[in-house]
Amino acid sequence: MSLLSVRNLRTHFDTDGGIVKAVDDVSFDLEPGKTLGIVGESGSGKSVTNLSIMRLIPSPPGRIVSGQVIFGEKDLLKLPTEEIRKVRGKRIGMIFQDPMSSLNPFMRISRQLMEVTELHMGHSSKQAREHAVNMLQLVGIPDAAARMDSYPHEFSGGMRQRVMIAMALSCRPELLIADEPTTALDVTIQAQILELIKKIKAEIQTSVILITHDLGVVAGMADTIIVMYAGKVFERASAMDLFDRPANPYTKGLLMSVPDPLRESTARGELYQIPGLPPDPANLPAGCPFAPRCDKAADICRREFPPMVQVAPSHESLCHFAKEVYGESAHLHS
Amino acid sequence: MLRFVVRRLLSTIPMVLVVVSLTWGLIRLAPGSFYTGEKALPPAIEQNLRAKYGLDKPWYVQYGKMISNTARLDFGSSLKYEGQPVNAILWRAFPVSAMVGLLAYSLSLLVGITSGLFAAVRHNSKWDYSSMTLSMLGISVPTFVLGPILVLFFSLTLYWFPPARWDGFATRSAVLPVLTLSVIYMAYIARLTRSGMLEVLRSDYIRTARAKGLSETAIVLKHAFRGGIIPVVSLTGPALAGLITGTVVVERIFVLPGLGTYFLNANLNRDEPLILGIVAFISITILVCNLLVDVAYAFIDPRIRY
Amino acid sequence: MSTPELIAGNSLFHQAMRRLVRNRLAVFGMVIVGIIALAAIFGPAIIFRATGYTYDYIPADSNLVKSFAPSWMHPMGTDNEGRDLLARVLLGGRISLMVGIISTVVSLLIGVAYGATAGYAGGKLDELMMRIVDVLFAIPYMMVVIVLLALFGRHTALGQLFLLFIALGAVSWLTMARIVRGQVISLKNQEFILAARATGVPKWKIVLRHLVPNTLGPVIVYATLEVPAVMLLEAFLSFLGLGVQAPLASWGSLASEGIQNIAVFPWQLIFPGVTMALTLFSLNFIGDGLRDALDPQTKRS
Repeated sequence: MSLLSVRNLRTHFDTDGGIVKAVDDVSFDLEPGKTLGIVGESGSGKSVTNLSIMRLIPSPPGRIVSGQVIFGEKDLLKLPTEEIRKVRGKRIGMIFQDPMSSLNPFMRISRQLMEVTELHMGHSSKQAREHAVNMLQLVGIPDAAARMDSYPHEFSGGMRQRVMIAMALSCRPELLIADEPTTALDVTIQAQILELIKKIKAEIQTSVILITHDLGVVAGMADTIIVMYAGKVFERASAMDLFDRPANPYTKGLLMSVPDPLRESTARGELYQIPGLPPDPANLPAGCPFAPRCDKAADICRREFPPMVQVAPSHESLCHFAKEVYGESAHLHS
Repeated sequence: MLRFVVRRLLSTIPMVLVVVSLTWGLIRLAPGSFYTGEKALPPAIEQNLRAKYGLDKPWYVQYGKMISNTARLDFGSSLKYEGQPVNAILWRAFPVSAMVGLLAYSLSLLVGITSGLFAAVRHNSKWDYSSMTLSMLGISVPTFVLGPILVLFFSLTLYWFPPARWDGFATRSAVLPVLTLSVIYMAYIARLTRSGMLEVLRSDYIRTARAKGLSETAIVLKHAFRGGIIPVVSLTGPALAGLITGTVVVERIFVLPGLGTYFLNANLNRDEPLILGIVAFISITILVCNLLVDVAYAFIDPRIRY
Repeated sequence: MSTPELIAGNSLFHQAMRRLVRNRLAVFGMVIVGIIALAAIFGPAIIFRATGYTYDYIPADSNLVKSFAPSWMHPMGTDNEGRDLLARVLLGGRISLMVGIISTVVSLLIGVAYGATAGYAGGKLDELMMRIVDVLFAIPYMMVVIVLLALFGRHTALGQLFLLFIALGAVSWLTMARIVRGQVISLKNQEFILAARATGVPKWKIVLRHLVPNTLGPVIVYATLEVPAVMLLEAFLSFLGLGVQAPLASWGSLASEGIQNIAVFPWQLIFPGVTMALTLFSLNFIGDGLRDALDPQTKRS
């Protein structure tokens, strides 16, 4: 039984330039205790998907048009506002990309932590405080009790992200959504934060959705990966399968873009880049949105929207030529 | 923080002296003098008067004397109001103006912040549009138009308040002047609160607060308010300058015995000691208030440390 | 990727204009201000042709030298001297608008020049220039202006007007300078400026061709909102008897005349007052509309 089931989610934004279909018919499942990685470039819709799960889309100009988000047997999209507030922070925790701007600069860390458990777990001030200190220790903040009453700007970037994680996990949620948690951090800190998330996931037994544009980040963390492009899911597979045998030209392109010292072309000093630019979300071409940049694109790709093809159990790809691409990648590592 | 405050207070002194010097220069450069308004005096008497007021000494001596007097806050006696020390006049008139100004600004803060908050939270609703249009009216109707209209309506038609009298602060005669002065600031504060709050409500940390499951009320009052109110604090500096002009006008309309009236008359009468005394006094007040505003910033925004 | 500055310059402007036109309140404001401005410019001549009244025409017949309520002959009534109030209000409009616009333009020129120089020069010069601004800022302007106007120039109406221009222009250039300097500083380090410098574009050209056009947004908004602010200041001063002198009229001086007889001849205050309020109202809407149009991220309403 899945913990989270997203079905045919569609979220649109009304802008000056037209309607942007940020999330266009996205579906995925998350099993309890697993980590799902959502990978995509900026504008692919990955963040919007996750904000939609918690109904944090600013509206106007955004609106969740249709779909279902089934979390523990309830459709979150249909819940009254009062009810969704009880889910947020309590059963689903979320951490964001930029810890500097995501923490309230005018409020002490202690207050920001304590209010979560006071609200959802009915803690008294004393209990909330103790709990907050414990959480801070759990995420590795040295001298937690003393530093609790500081303000966010008194912490470093990595520390702030740890605080955010502590805040999100205060109520032991069943699901943690991490939206580009390491993008704004230094590389060395990135590794630390990812390790932290792994460790906490094991301790608290949370399921995780990890959103990123960086394949390296998902590689060590995710069980299943979905690749998003132009608001759609382009490929879905287990992490192993995705890296080993991608079945979609876009995924292949992404993998090629990561310089691999073992690859011949990289050794020659050549860097690969997917040609072209992501499409204008308000003006998507007919047919496959990736067609303009795809080296396998044929006429049919430009005319018809591709089908979701199942190339292996638990491995699907949105492509007219999915099976061929899948077949070809078997030879990738030879 | 303490050093900051002390440094600012110390820098007030040269600032005030600069302003007073400028004013003194203007007064001395202006054609005519206090005496030209009166009937022509016989030369002998004029000689005596000039000697008495030290006007026969070279200008830099007079200037030096004026500066040293100012530094000791000794402004002498008024020329027009025979024998009354300037400081006594200040002591009498300042509370009137200050009270009207303070009450007016407090009222503006109360009404302005509340309606701005509502407008921000009920963004794009009828409440929002109507309060913003009303506030636009408030900014556009000049004080000297609003005042008399209020008088026309509330005094001369409804007989609720006296039209032009001053009985003291806690009396009905204070209502119309305070109200007239406060309207324009109410409007500005409402708009600033609204835009400040809207800006803050769009920020990432508010999104985090929502993701934690807090209610809208908690978010607005506990998380957004502190950041959103900063533009209003910024307004206080320039608002002060405006309050001064506004008070002069309101005192004219309602015939209040405040500093504004005295200042205006002192200028028309070329009453030099009184002019300089009021200018110095108001300058000090403005500088101290600006200092208080800057200190307030430090209390609101923990990132600011002096 | 296309060069952001050149091409985006045009399309941003057009986008902004489109947004502005869609803002109904701003358009309403522009229409009203347009009407009032036209009336102020051409009205007095039309009235003179039609009726022979001017702003200072006192009727010869002593029976007519008093205040009449609005009627067909005098749509806004007359003042205590029997002068047609409509003609006076229109003259007041001319003077008030002129004062507002000219003072703002003056302060704009001074402020932009000062601020751009300080911002671009940076370093010691910038520090010095801004110190001066800080000191000037601390001066309680209105007091000095009152002193200035009360002591000098109350002898001729035109002399007073001239003084008024100077005094009012001197008040607002400071904020303009600060705004421009802030903009220039933030633009100075952006890539397209670095690119221009790297290709050897001389400094003055950079300031004039690259920096100034990109600071136009906040400058225009500020200037548009400054006009009603200056008009209000002038009105205040005229109300106190320090600004525009008889026989000339501005809305402020008309209000001060009107307030004397508010109980019996309320139209003397109401007409100039309402006209002024309407004009300021409209100008403020235009300023607001411009701000919303030029700064698309802050969709305030």
